[in-house]
Amino acid sequence: MTILLFGVTKDIVGSPSLSIPTASITGRSIPKTVKELRIFLGKAYPELSKLSSLAVAVNNSYAQDEQQINSYDEIALIPPVSGG
Amino acid sequence: MSSVGRYTRQTSLLSFGVDGQAKLADSQVLIIGLGGLGLPVAQYLNAMGVGTLGLVDNDTIELHNLQRQILYAEADIGKSKLTVTKVKLKAQNSETKIKCFDTFLTPENALTIIKDFDLIIDATDNFATRYLINDACVLLNKPFVYGALHGFEGQVSVFNYQNGPTYRCLFPDIPKKNEIPNCNENGVLGILPGIIGTLQALEAVKVLTGVGEVLSGKLLLFDGLTQTSQKINFRAKEANKDVTSLQKSYGFQNCAINSVTVEVFSGFKNEGETQLIDVRNIDEFENSNLPGAKNIPLKELEFSLTQINFEKPVYLICQSGQRSILALEILLALEPNAKIYHIIGGMNKMTSVCH
Repeated sequence: MTILLFGVTKDIVGSPSLSIPTASITGRSIPKTVKELRIFLGKAYPELSKLSSLAVAVNNSYAQDEQQINSYDEIALIPPVSGG
Repeated sequence: MSSVGRYTRQTSLLSFGVDGQAKLADSQVLIIGLGGLGLPVAQYLNAMGVGTLGLVDNDTIELHNLQRQILYAEADIGKSKLTVTKVKLKAQNSETKIKCFDTFLTPENALTIIKDFDLIIDATDNFATRYLINDACVLLNKPFVYGALHGFEGQVSVFNYQNGPTYRCLFPDIPKKNEIPNCNENGVLGILPGIIGTLQALEAVKVLTGVGEVLSGKLLLFDGLTQTSQKINFRAKEANKDVTSLQKSYGFQNCAINSVTVEVFSGFKNEGETQLIDVRNIDEFENSNLPGAKNIPLKELEFSLTQINFEKPVYLICQSGQRSILALEILLALEPNAKIYHIIGGMNKMTSVCH
């Protein structure tokens, strides 16, 4: 599963994208919904869970927390940006 | 100057034509913020023949603005952004009617300023004003063109257009302080606001003339490092249309109430009984300072409270009015009942008024 990072999420992770293994080699559970993905990423990068308005897009559409995700999906993390 | 032929290169476009030009001439557009984003919007809309442009800004031009705010020149440093922009826009197109609002947008003035315009351009640099613009535009049923920057990236969208989604449909809640860095802390490549501001101007022309497809319900993400653009689709949430009044505070209520202009401060100063604290660094203070000012650099403020008498009104000043806002927040958190004010525009404004 590929996750594209924008704005401050790119700075937090330190890279423009992230890849999450979709087969559970390690026995860890793989996120199956947007909400589970938020929790998964929040554990890996605590700074991400502090963002109060972080939009998640699945295949270029804004996704609600209950939306299902799978390994083919392209996901984007889109925080608000303020600069002018 | 006769306008015959002035717009011929765009009126000859079949889908734009003289009708498109007439629509621009009949339009009133409000640009909030005359920085990196607002200036290209102002210059293009002015050049293309938008009838009335409203300009909102209360800042002065500083040296570090020049790498991205390319309407301004070295000789403009220290002058009001509003005044300089007005003069340059008038020289560019004398036919445009220009309305100036020499203020920052606040919950107190937002509805009065916005209500007379057809389209609003959010060219600000902070979340408080962005959420204020959203709520005011939803309340008054005005579309607004959003543009924002982060490093090498930008975002563009048109919100509240023909019942389309709003800013809160993407980002429901205002980020907490220090959650997302701003340009001052994070930096921005000079060209980026030029690109994003120009895209905002394009969306403005489309909204005003009906040409093309307006970027409503879509967020454009531009990455300058890879030259990639992506569009994210999103929907309106009806609950976000239910704005019946503005919030009393968008996180800067203290600033609005506890702010004084240079002119007002100059009046108080002569009455005595005031303390003026200059929160700039020592070298800046030694370079120039106001009579009676005490220098406590911002970094040392929390540890220097004994030097301040909170029984008397306290006035805070810095170079541009940015650090004095932070100083205000620090002191108000510690002494909520004291009379503490920050001076809008700081030393820059003070010098330009004295001249």
